Amino acid sequence: MSAALVAAAGLWMGAGSAWAQVSSPTLDAVKKRGQLICGIDTGIPGYAYQDSSGEWQGLDVSLCRAIADAVVGSPKKVKYIGLTSKERFSVLKSGEIDVLIRDSEHSFLRNTALGLELPAVNFFTGQTFMVRKNLGVGHLKELNGATICVLTGTTLETNIADYNRANGIEIKTLLFEKPEEAFAAADSGRCDGYTDDGGSVAAARSTMKTPADWIFIPETIGGLQPIGPLTRGGDEAWTRLVRWVHYSMLEAEVLGITKANADQMAQNPSNPDVRRFFGLEGDFGKLLGVDNEWAKRIVKDIGNYGEVYEASFGAKGLGLPRGMNNLYDKGGLQTLPTWH
Amino acid sequence: MSTESEASKITPAAPGWDFPGSRAGLGAAVAWTRRNLFSSPFNTVLTVLVGLFLAWALPAMFRWAVLNATVTGATRAACGGEGACWTFIQVRLPLFFVGRYPPDERWRVLAALVALIGFCIPVLREGHVRHRGIWFALLFTACPAIVGVLLLGGVFGLPYVDTSLWGGLMIDVVVSFVTVAGAIPLGILLALGRRSQLSVIRGLSIAYIELWRGVPLLTVLFMSAVIVPLLMPNGVTADRLLRAMIAMVLFNAAYMAEVVRGGLQGVPEGQEEAAATLGLRWWQMQALVVLPQALRIVLPGIVNTVVDLFKDVTLITIIGLSDLLGVVNQALKDPAWLGMAREGYAFAAFVFFVCCYLMSSYSRRLERRLNRGHAH
Repeated sequence: MSAALVAAAGLWMGAGSAWAQVSSPTLDAVKKRGQLICGIDTGIPGYAYQDSSGEWQGLDVSLCRAIADAVVGSPKKVKYIGLTSKERFSVLKSGEIDVLIRDSEHSFLRNTALGLELPAVNFFTGQTFMVRKNLGVGHLKELNGATICVLTGTTLETNIADYNRANGIEIKTLLFEKPEEAFAAADSGRCDGYTDDGGSVAAARSTMKTPADWIFIPETIGGLQPIGPLTRGGDEAWTRLVRWVHYSMLEAEVLGITKANADQMAQNPSNPDVRRFFGLEGDFGKLLGVDNEWAKRIVKDIGNYGEVYEASFGAKGLGLPRGMNNLYDKGGLQTLPTWH
Repeated sequence: MSTESEASKITPAAPGWDFPGSRAGLGAAVAWTRRNLFSSPFNTVLTVLVGLFLAWALPAMFRWAVLNATVTGATRAACGGEGACWTFIQVRLPLFFVGRYPPDERWRVLAALVALIGFCIPVLREGHVRHRGIWFALLFTACPAIVGVLLLGGVFGLPYVDTSLWGGLMIDVVVSFVTVAGAIPLGILLALGRRSQLSVIRGLSIAYIELWRGVPLLTVLFMSAVIVPLLMPNGVTADRLLRAMIAMVLFNAAYMAEVVRGGLQGVPEGQEEAAATLGLRWWQMQALVVLPQALRIVLPGIVNTVVDLFKDVTLITIIGLSDLLGVVNQALKDPAWLGMAREGYAFAAFVFFVCCYLMSSYSRRLERRLNRGHAH
């Protein structure tokens, strides 16, 4: 403990040497190239999609932008490579992309067998339900007797069966092969609800004729699915950078810094946390291998995590409540180490 | 001789397919109907069934696609009711054609298209064209160079446009063209190699052709996307689009080779013997005597392969490249426009149909002309 403190103090004081200690092949390559190569989904609502002008948008895309902003100083200096789920990990391992941010679940085998690093979780989800508002149902247990549209060939159905058995109720399922068929069935009233992971349910809801007629059930089943970026193993400094880029967006939200008020908040702040965040104190940028204003740029150009969530999944996007993705002090799971 | 008599048996039926309106008179129309739609009990049943199906499907489709359709507006809110929402297509039209190609540089895609068409016209035009051979050579040398410079840039003051920004129909056309330009020469070499007297060359050609024909295109594309980068030295990456193009060329060359081989077999042996007596070397013999005749025979077959591979290009979406179908798929994921799958796919189908129909109708005209040339 004391050794760590001494080391930390040493780093704090020896700013120049701290810079030299950040050695990362990926970080060096990105700086040299002047561009981040980000592996993303070929198109999925919420995470990564193209708006009608062809610009990439979404939660994952915002993280790509934030990393580029921190490293090369502009959120626009990103080359997006759309990847299918089958090729994503081999493309990451081959070095063709710098980071994979493609609605990918963090799992034991991906970490160990594939040797990939799991820097941060930018989206917590689980099997989520949406039901018709006029059912008057607020909780999962009250769905006894209701029929839910489900996709086949997934664990969604077994999760429901397990839940039924554990709670002694009967949620009926109606199976479908294709999402579009299931959406249509739900919309036409053949079932009372639809279930899938949180992001997919939110997307399904926005295809309904009247999305406002459908509500989300707050509980999820089948365990937690942590979704986030992945990096190649063996490049710890790069993994750290990706992790802290995500944390910086959380820290901004914790401190109440938004895209709109960032400039104003940066004017001579008295709060030491805010001072450290904006790089007015400490050498946090240098310790990551970037300049000291990296976090300020991110919040100015992209916004804090809450703002990004609002635009992609939240009220301005798919209408999915923050739920698990809220900050720790608002009942959510998004948390971060202290900024010291 | 026998082929000619067979052809004469078939040809009289063909003029009957002329549109009835082209001949004046109700009688002619009735005769046409009887001959083409009700010539036997079986055909009558088929005609009635197809007629019933069309009567059931067409009005609903017409109502959806035309009567109740929305074409105006700029947001999803403009679309209501049961009809198609063509606003979705209209808003994203540039994306469907050129992908994320920077708006300020889109004129370059247009210029490249003009160049491509300009080089194609003298090669494809019917009738006598002076120096068609030279135009043909230019189409596969100067044209790709000009188009490449225009689209990629980075020289002559044109800003560089990375291929990761290319998309839409433009990718279909570029990949198809590169594939054709690469696969035809390679296919000709392989076809000649397969007929070679030298057993090593023959063996290698056969092995190549059978290997690539025995592997699904999807596997080849996956290999290009997943395996190739792993084999490359660290930090060196080949462009994804380039890798896909190479995969398409190597794959389609094997099919081209078989088409060309069919043509080579159709050239009478006497031609080669006659050329040999004139003292021509093997290469001269192939280039001046055999291939011109063989390619003439298989031209429709080549066009057919081209139509096939044009449609196959859509498979590159599986390795994350966004051709027209890929861009349509992406557009369906925009939260502001969710639920537009029917419109998107109908549009993609329409564009592909127009492109393929143009190609295959050209092929049919060509075939007719070649047959006519043959008969005289």
